[in-house]
Amino acid sequence: MSVDLATVKRVARLARIAVSEEEANRMVGELNGIIDFVEQLSEVDVTGVEPMTSVTPMDMRKRTDAVTDGDKADDIVANAPETDRNFFLVPKVVE
Amino acid sequence: MTQLTSLTIAEAREKLTSKAITAVELTEAYIGAIEAANATINAYITVTPDKARAMAKASDERIASGKAGALEGIPLGIKDLFATEGVHTQACSHILDGFKPKYESTVTQNLWDDGAVMLGKLNMDEFAMGSSNETSYYGPVINPWKAEGSNQQLVPGGSSGGSAAAVAAHLCAGATATDTGGSIRQPAAFTGTVGIKPTYGRCSRWGTVAFASSLDQAGPIARDVRDAAILLKSMASVDAKDTTSVDLPIPDYEAALGQSVKGMKIGIPKEYRVEGMPEDIEKLWQKGIAYLKDAGAEIVDITLPHTKYALPAYYIVAPAEASSNLARYDGVRYGLRVDGKDIADMYEKTRAAGFGTEVKRRIMIGTYVLSAGYYDAYYLQAQKVRTLIKRDFELAFHAGVDAILTPATPSSAFGIADENLANDPVAMYLNDIFTVTVNMAGLPGIAVPAGLDAKGLPLGLQLIGKPFEEETLFRTAHVIEQAAGKFTPAKWW
Repeated sequence: MSVDLATVKRVARLARIAVSEEEANRMVGELNGIIDFVEQLSEVDVTGVEPMTSVTPMDMRKRTDAVTDGDKADDIVANAPETDRNFFLVPKVVE
Repeated sequence: MTQLTSLTIAEAREKLTSKAITAVELTEAYIGAIEAANATINAYITVTPDKARAMAKASDERIASGKAGALEGIPLGIKDLFATEGVHTQACSHILDGFKPKYESTVTQNLWDDGAVMLGKLNMDEFAMGSSNETSYYGPVINPWKAEGSNQQLVPGGSSGGSAAAVAAHLCAGATATDTGGSIRQPAAFTGTVGIKPTYGRCSRWGTVAFASSLDQAGPIARDVRDAAILLKSMASVDAKDTTSVDLPIPDYEAALGQSVKGMKIGIPKEYRVEGMPEDIEKLWQKGIAYLKDAGAEIVDITLPHTKYALPAYYIVAPAEASSNLARYDGVRYGLRVDGKDIADMYEKTRAAGFGTEVKRRIMIGTYVLSAGYYDAYYLQAQKVRTLIKRDFELAFHAGVDAILTPATPSSAFGIADENLANDPVAMYLNDIFTVTVNMAGLPGIAVPAGLDAKGLPLGLQLIGKPFEEETLFRTAHVIEQAAGKFTPAKWW
């Protein structure tokens, strides 16, 4: 499988990263280099092998379903680029 | 005063306890050393002298009142990946511009609870993606080591390049670091320092900026094996805020030092003898084998047949997880925002301006391998191969092997702005060829300096252990350290 310019632009769109024509062209070569490198995995026989979901065999610990945190709206918006009365502000989404 | 910075953590602890020195004196010595060296080394991106002085003063008070913690008064550097309350935390990325968290990471909180002093935040590859510290938004770190008779500036390795350089140049007594594919062990090897990536789950990941969540693990970089053992004991903990942190007792790692390795079985995997490996690395490996044999260990040849697939599998799993983890940087909740004509345009422009080239490349790879139609061929296949890599290790341990000895890196430190590496991302990725298997299998691995190459640059050996048997690694690494000695760069900065 090889990556072409249209694929790079589609993936950049999915990843929400604006790319210039020049960057997209450069990425075609770089991504193909990496994809070629990882392609060798296809030669491994994985018949009957389970995909790894956790490196350590463990049951996920569950905590009590209780409120342990909160009442800190000021802290949560403190680092936001634009806020108003503890709301995050974004450009208009609905006309 | 400057001699205070040459004390190891164990030595400083003894002098602080016996009141031969004060924590304030020790901290002042480090602040002075940083002021003198940082413009050259660029290990720190933020220095917090006022905070350090206040913490040191509080340490002296606790020492006076007999309430000293395990790391009381010890000045540490913190990798910029750890959230530190009210202090610059940006994973050395532009996209987190101005971010000052309102909370503290569990690992750093553990250190402060034990009395440690924070000197500042350390440089690193952006979002821990890199093997040379050159992807940092804050510029490269310069390795305190130089080749004999050469003035060329070398990289300290990465991604924890600031941590390794600061420890090697005595700009902190020890440092926190993180390791996703080799980011503790490779820079430790490049700077003649000791770095341990503990078993996945040993340290809480809470408050550590996420790169690849199934691989990320915090650990220390220190001047010697003892200091690494002291630091890990404080850093490790079970944490309600990270469900992957394990509820197992934390041993007194320091107590493992000095124990004999007589009768231990050390595995030598033939797959780590890679084509084109410099002769110096092979010689170092043989030297390590001889050290352990002389100490009474039994050396056995083992096979880890899926080793060559670890790096390609890593470059599917890690970018896939990164593309998901880094989706949160959208210009809404924190950091940089670049305005656009609508919300999608704002996202795209913010991420284009905020992420560096390597980070974008990995997000793109991750998005591609997870996209419709490719998931099974890449991600699922990689997760199955990961099972096989882990099984290789399990079979070796099941056959009686106690620890595995390998080189830590395929070369010594290379030059800043190496053209071959800059133009070929895969060549840079090969730096992690010996370390990445350990992350894929969730095992503990330690890098310990074991000698110098023909150019006079440090080289490290790696020991890989069974899950949660870090004590075995400290014990064995200590034997290598005793035989090989310690390595300090000649001061030129």
